[in-house]
Amino acid sequence: MSSAINSALFGWYPYLCLTVFLLGSLVRFDREQYTWKTGSSQLLRRRQLRLGSNLFHVGILIIFVGHAAGLLTPIWVFDMLGISHSFKQGLAITVGGLAGVACFIGISLLAHRRLFDPRIRATSSFGDTAILLLLWLQLTLGLSTIFVSLGHMDGHEMVKFMNWAQGILTLQPAAAAYVADVNPIFKAHLLLGMTIFLVFPFTRLVHVWSAPVWYLGRPGYQVVRTRFAHGARQGMGHAQQRPASAPAVRPAPALTVRRPAE
Amino acid sequence: MSHFLDRLTFFKKTVDEFSDGHGIVTNEDRSWEDGYRKRWQHDKIVRSTHGVNCTGSCSWKIYVKGGIVTWETQQTDYPRTRPDLPNHEPRGCARGASYSWYLYSGARVKYPMIRGRLLKLWRAARAKLPPVAAWASIVEDADKRASYMGVRGHGGLVRATWDEVNELIAAANAYTVKTHGPDRVIGFSPIPAMSMVSYAAGSRYLSLLGGVCMSFYDWYCDLPPASPQTWGEQTDVPESADWYNAGFIIVWGSNVPQTRTPDAHFYTEVRYKGTKSAVVSPDYAEATKFADIWLNPKQGTDAALALAMGHVILREYHVDRQVPYFEDYARRYSDMPFLVRLTEKDGRLVPERMLRASDLVGGLGEANNPEWKTVAVDETSGELVAPLGSVGYRWGEGAKWNLEQKDGSGRDVRLRLTLKGTDADVAPVDFPYFGGRATEHFVSTTHGEILTRNVPVRTLTGADGQPMRVATVFDLMLANYGLDRGFGGGNVATSFDDDVPFTPAWAEKVTGVKRDAIITVAREFATNAEKTNGRSMVILGAGLNHWYHMDMAYRGIINLLVFCGAVGQSGGGWSHYVGQEKLRPQTGWQPLAFGLDWSRPPRHMNSTSFFYAHTDQWRYETLTAAEILSPTAPEGDWGSSFIDYNVKAERMGWLPSAPQLKQNPLALAAQAKAAGLEAKDFVAQGLKSGALEMSCRDPDDPANWPRNMFVWRSNLLGSSGKGHEYFLKHLLGTTHGVMGKDLGNEGAVRNREVAWHDEAPKGKLDLLVTLDFRMSTTCVYSDIVLPTATWYEKNDLNTSDMHPFIHPLSAAVAPAWEARTDWDIYKGLAKTFSEVAGEVLGVEEDVVLLPIQHDTPAEMAQALDVKDWAQGDVEPIPGKTMPSVTVVTRDYPHLYDRFTALGPLLDKLGNGGKGISWNTGHEVAALGALNGVRESGAAAGQPKIETDIDAAEVILMLAPETNGEVAVKAWEALSKATGREHAHLALPKEDEKIRYRDIQAQPRKIISSPTWSGIESEKVCYNAGYTNVHELIPWRTLTGRQQLYQDHLWMRAFGEGFVTWKPPVDLKTIAGAKGVKPNGNKEIVLNFLTPHQKWGIHSTYTDNLLMLTLNRGGPVVWISETDAKAAGIVDNDWVEVFNINGALTARAVVSQRIQEGMMLMYHAQEKIVNTPGSEMTGNRGGIHNSVTRVVPKPTHMIGGYAQQAYGFNYYGTVGANRDEFIVVRKMAEVDWLEGPLAPDQTQTNAPMEAAE
Repeated sequence: MSSAINSALFGWYPYLCLTVFLLGSLVRFDREQYTWKTGSSQLLRRRQLRLGSNLFHVGILIIFVGHAAGLLTPIWVFDMLGISHSFKQGLAITVGGLAGVACFIGISLLAHRRLFDPRIRATSSFGDTAILLLLWLQLTLGLSTIFVSLGHMDGHEMVKFMNWAQGILTLQPAAAAYVADVNPIFKAHLLLGMTIFLVFPFTRLVHVWSAPVWYLGRPGYQVVRTRFAHGARQGMGHAQQRPASAPAVRPAPALTVRRPAE
Repeated sequence: MSHFLDRLTFFKKTVDEFSDGHGIVTNEDRSWEDGYRKRWQHDKIVRSTHGVNCTGSCSWKIYVKGGIVTWETQQTDYPRTRPDLPNHEPRGCARGASYSWYLYSGARVKYPMIRGRLLKLWRAARAKLPPVAAWASIVEDADKRASYMGVRGHGGLVRATWDEVNELIAAANAYTVKTHGPDRVIGFSPIPAMSMVSYAAGSRYLSLLGGVCMSFYDWYCDLPPASPQTWGEQTDVPESADWYNAGFIIVWGSNVPQTRTPDAHFYTEVRYKGTKSAVVSPDYAEATKFADIWLNPKQGTDAALALAMGHVILREYHVDRQVPYFEDYARRYSDMPFLVRLTEKDGRLVPERMLRASDLVGGLGEANNPEWKTVAVDETSGELVAPLGSVGYRWGEGAKWNLEQKDGSGRDVRLRLTLKGTDADVAPVDFPYFGGRATEHFVSTTHGEILTRNVPVRTLTGADGQPMRVATVFDLMLANYGLDRGFGGGNVATSFDDDVPFTPAWAEKVTGVKRDAIITVAREFATNAEKTNGRSMVILGAGLNHWYHMDMAYRGIINLLVFCGAVGQSGGGWSHYVGQEKLRPQTGWQPLAFGLDWSRPPRHMNSTSFFYAHTDQWRYETLTAAEILSPTAPEGDWGSSFIDYNVKAERMGWLPSAPQLKQNPLALAAQAKAAGLEAKDFVAQGLKSGALEMSCRDPDDPANWPRNMFVWRSNLLGSSGKGHEYFLKHLLGTTHGVMGKDLGNEGAVRNREVAWHDEAPKGKLDLLVTLDFRMSTTCVYSDIVLPTATWYEKNDLNTSDMHPFIHPLSAAVAPAWEARTDWDIYKGLAKTFSEVAGEVLGVEEDVVLLPIQHDTPAEMAQALDVKDWAQGDVEPIPGKTMPSVTVVTRDYPHLYDRFTALGPLLDKLGNGGKGISWNTGHEVAALGALNGVRESGAAAGQPKIETDIDAAEVILMLAPETNGEVAVKAWEALSKATGREHAHLALPKEDEKIRYRDIQAQPRKIISSPTWSGIESEKVCYNAGYTNVHELIPWRTLTGRQQLYQDHLWMRAFGEGFVTWKPPVDLKTIAGAKGVKPNGNKEIVLNFLTPHQKWGIHSTYTDNLLMLTLNRGGPVVWISETDAKAAGIVDNDWVEVFNINGALTARAVVSQRIQEGMMLMYHAQEKIVNTPGSEMTGNRGGIHNSVTRVVPKPTHMIGGYAQQAYGFNYYGTVGANRDEFIVVRKMAEVDWLEGPLAPDQTQTNAPMEAAE
C-alpha cells in the first residue's frame, strides 16, 4: 500500500468520518426528531429478539468500552500502573473474545430474523438491513483479528493502534504512519469501523446517543414537567401561579343551595 | 431553537421537588407533545354522509385538516325521539368509517380517462371534420368501431382533458339522436335517495335530450313484486325505530346486524323490553345470535314455511276460534270478503277473476267504471254490494274513494267474510300444486298437480242472464291453505300432522324445519298480535326476493301479517329492507330529475327486460313457460318464450320499451303531419299495418341497438350486472366467459314474436361513459371514465326508509385533482352538447311512447280479459290497448339553458305524484326569489338552477315532505278523492320550510305527506299502511284493500291467484359445464347464493384496503364443511366456480355456518382485486354474476290493471338469481395472467394514425 493511500485512508478518512458522525447526528437530532428512534420490531415478532438483542447489546457494550478504554487511554497510564503490554493484550483478547462471541451469536440471530422472517423483512428499510450486516461483518473481522494477535502476544501491534487512535484524536498529521504495516485484517477492521461512524447518523444507530443512562440515577420516581416553557414561570411570579406540585384549590361554592326534602 | 442546545441543561434540569423528593418537576422542552396533539387537531368539521345503497343514511362528521380530509366520525346530534323510545344514534358502521380512504387512494380516478385507441381515432378524425361528422366517421366504419370495442376491459385508458371528452361525448349523443333516435341514448344510475342531486343531474340531461333513464330497483331484484301486487305501493315500510314498538319479531332472511348495522340497536333494545324474536335463515347468520328460536329451512323453501305458519294461524285464530280483532281487520282492510267468479274446467271449478258490478244486472247502480268495482255480500241485508274504495271509485268521480264501510249509494254495509252458514252450496274447486316439480336438489312431494277442495259457493245470475258461481276470497283462501272446515272432500287437513299441503307436517318434509317449531312460532306470532292489536312484525330482506318465485315467499309472509291485522299498526307489519329506495321528497325531486318542468313525459325503461333483450341473455333461455305454467291455466296459448311475453307486454302498453320504435322518433311527427294524422293515430295505424315496428321485436337489429350509455353512481358491470359474461359478449363486444351455446346452436329456438339472427351481435354500444370516483370494474370496461367528486366533496341530499330524517352530503373539500361533482359534469356536458348539437339538430319533435301508468286513470285499461291488438283481438288504442303516444318538443341547441333553469310547466300544470296533483306556483315564485331568475336566453324569467345547492333547494321547496305548505296542499288534494279530511296531519307544520342550510346544521325530520302511507308524529313511529288503516285511505289496488287474491288472467295462468308453494326452477346450467374440462380435482354441484357482505361498503365498494385487510384480501366463497370434504377442499384453497354462464375464481372459506348444498358468495367482490385467471375460460376469474343469467317471469309483465300497472321502479320484471346452481372444484393451477394480451385480441385493421 502506497503511503499516499495509507495516509488518505488512515490519516484523512477518519476526520471525514468523525465530522459526518458528529455533524450528521447533530443535524438529524435537530431537524428530524421523529426519526430519532431505535425502530424496534418487537411488536411485529418477538421470536429470536429477546435472546438475540440481549446477547448482542451486552456483547457490543463490553466491546465498545474495551475499545474505548484500550485505545484511548494514554500508554503512560498503563506503564504507571505497571500493566504490561502483553498482559493488556491478553486481557483484551480474553474479554473481547468472550464478549465478541456473545455479540456474534446475538447479531447472527438478529440478522437471520431480519432477513428470513417475512414480516420483519417486509417492514425493514434498506438502512435497517444494511447496518445490521455491516455490524455483523465488522464483528467477524474483529474476531478474526484474534487469530492474528495470538501470533504476537508481546502487545507491540496493539501499541500501534493506541498510538494511531490517540494520534488522530490529538490531531497529529503523521498518525497514519503508525498503522502502515499492520496485518490487512486489522486495516479492514479499522476501515469498516470508521465507515460505521460515517453511516451512523443515517441509520437507527443514532439511538446510541439517547441511551437512557441518566435514568439509572433519576432522583424521583414521578417526573412532572412545568406548564411553562423554559422556566418562564419564574419570570411571571403571579399570585395565581402555583407549582405543578401543589394541588388546585377547589373553588368554594358561592352560596349554599338547600334542596327541598324529597 | 435547537433541540440539542435545549438539552444542555445538566445543572438545572430539576426545578422543583415534591413528596419528599420522590417526585421532581422539570422544565424540559414539551414541544414534542404537539406531535400527538396535532394528530387529532383539525381545521373544520363538515356534515356529510355516504351516498351508498345501504339504507344507513347516517350523518357523519368529516374532519378536514390542511385542505385534506383526514377521517370521519359519527354525528350524534339527531333530533331526539320521545320518552320511552331510544334515540336513533349512534348511526354508522366500520364500513362508513373507512370511506375517507378512497379520497386519496390509488383507486381514485383523478383525471378524465379515455380508451387510447378511441382517442387516436377521434383526434385523427377531428383534425379534418367537425365533431358530429368526426364521430360518424368512426362508428360508421366497422373496423374502427371494433378496434376499441374489442379491447374493453383490457386496460389502455389514457388521460384526456375535460374539453376533449365533453366534445366527444356530446358529438356521440348528437349523432345518435340524429341518426337513430334519442331513445338510443340510455343511462343507468340507481337509488336516487342516496344522492338525489347527483342522480338528477344525469337524468335531467338525459330527459331533456329524450334519452332513457333505466330502472334499478327491479333489476337489482330488491323490488318485491308482491308489494305492488298486494298494496299498490312499492316497499313502504316501518322505520327501524318502530321495531322498538313490536311485541314479537320474526327476522326472515334479513341479516340485521350485518346489513342494517346502524339500526340493529333497536332490535337489541326491544329484546330488553321483553319482545321475543324468531330468526329464519338457512345459514347461521349474524342475526341468528339474536334469536330466541332459530328456524333454518332449506334455502329457497321459505314459501313452504310461511304457508305452514299461515295454516296454523288460520286454523287456530280464524276457523276453530275467531279473534274479533283479526276478523274485523280482514273484513275492512283485506279483499277477503270480496267475491270471486268460478269457471268450469274439466268438470270442476277453478277460481277466475273477481266479480265486478258490471257482471250483475243493473251494475248495482254504478254508472262510473262498473267494470272496476268489486263486489261483496253485505252481512246485514244479505245483498250484493259494491263497497267504496275499489279502483273504480278512484277515477271519474269524487269523494268516494275511501275505506268507510259504505257502498256507492252511501248505505252502511258490513261485508261478509264467508258464505258458510248462508244458503251456499258446497262445490269442489281446483287449486294448482307445484310441489311435485322440484328438482333433485329440493324435496319433491307426491300430491298430484291439482288439489281439489270443497268450498261454499253461491250461484248468481249474471248481467247476461247466465248463472254464475261465486265464492269469497276468504273461503277460497282457507281451502287453498288446506284447512278442513267440515265440507268433506279431500286434500284438507284436520290435524297439523296430516301430510296435506300446507300443514306443518308437510312443511317439515319440504323445509327441514321441525313441525313443532313452525307451530310454536306461528302461535306466538298470532297470540302476540291478538293481545296487542297487531304488534307482530316481520323484518325481511332481499334474500328471499332473489328467488325466481319470490312472490310466493313474500305473499306467504304478507298473508301472515294480514291474517293477524298487523299491517298499518305501530310495531307491526312488513318491514322489508333492501335498498335505500325511500326517496322521501320524491314529488319535489321528480320535476328536477326528469325535466318535467320542461317536457312530459320522460322516457323510462325497466332494466331487467332491457338487459335481457340487449345483452342477448334471451338467446340462451333454458327455462320454458310450460315448466311454470299452472295445471289450472285458462284456455290459451301459454307456450311462448319469455321474450315473447315481454314483447306482448310492451306492445299492449304494460311495460315500457327502449329503444321504442325501429324508426327514429324524431322523424315521425313530420310524417304524421304529412299524412294528416295526429301522432298517436299515426303510430297506432303504423304499428297495425306494419309500417312502424316496435324495437322489442328485433333487439339484435342494428337499428334497435342502444348506442350510447352513461353509468353513474353505479358499478353496473362489477356488481349488479346479472349475466355479466353476456354483457361482455353482446353489449360490449369484448372478451367474455360465456360457455353455453345459444338456442340456435342447440336447435331449440322457441321465440315466435322476436326475430332470430343466426349470428348474434357482438358489441351494441358505440360508447360507454362511466362517472366514478374510483376505478371500478365498470370503469375498466368503459370507453370514457369521468372523475367525480366523492361523498365528501359535493352538496347533495340523502334519505332512507330506516329513519325519518333528511340530511345532506356536503363538500368538506373541493373535488380533488380534476374531479367534478355529478351536477357539474352533466351541466358541462349540457353546455358542450348545446354548442355541438347545432351541427345536425335544431328544435325537434320527438314522438314518445309511454306505458300505461299506475296511479293514473289509464290504469283501468283492460278490466275483464287480455286482448292483444297484434293478434287482432282488439284495435290498437293508445293508452288503452297499447302505449300512449305523446309529441314532445326538444330544443337541442338550448338544452343547457333548460338544464340550468326551472321550466314553465310547473306553473302551468302543477306538481304531484301517486295520483294526486296540486298547484305549485307559489313554490316556483319562491325559488325564483331564492335562487335568482334567469335574465335572458331560452329560459328567461325562470328560476335558476346553477349549482348543486340550487338543485337541492328545488327539491326541498317543491316536496311536501320538506315544505309544510305543500304538504297541506297535497293532503287537501287527496281529500278530493277520498271525501275525508286529511290536512290535520300536516297543518301543525304548515309554516315549516326546510332549506339546505338547515339540514347542514342538523338532520331534519320530514313532514307527513300523502306520497307515503305512514305519518311523522310525536305519538307513533313511521309505519307503512298507517294512513290506510287510520285515515281510511284505500290501498291503490283493484279492491282498494290489501289484495291477497291476484285475479289477472296471467296470474291465474301461472297459478299465482293464491299464494302457493313453487320450488326453485331448473335453469339447466350444469350439464354443459360439469366434467367438460376436468383439471383432476373433484367437481361438486351447489346452489349459489349472493347475500350482502360484511367487508365491503355495502353492495358496491369492495376494493377498500381497510376492509380487504379485515378479511382475506380478495374474493371468497363460503361452503360447508361437509361439501368441502367431499370436494377435497380445505380452507383458503383457490377454487373455481362455474356453469355454462361463465366462471369465477375465489378462495374458499370452509365454515360450519353454511348449510350443506349451498355456496354463499358475498355480493360484488370486485374482479379488479386479487382475482386470478379461470382454468375454464382462460380469462380473469369473473364476479359473482359471471355464473348467473337473468330469467324474467311473465306475471311481472302484467300492466294496465290497477295495482298491476307500470311505474318506474314500482312494477316490472325483476332480476332473480338464486335458483342458480354451480360446479365448484379446487384449482389445479393459479395463473395470474400477468403477460400481455394475446395478439389475436389486439389485432385491428383500423388505421392507427398518431393523433397529433
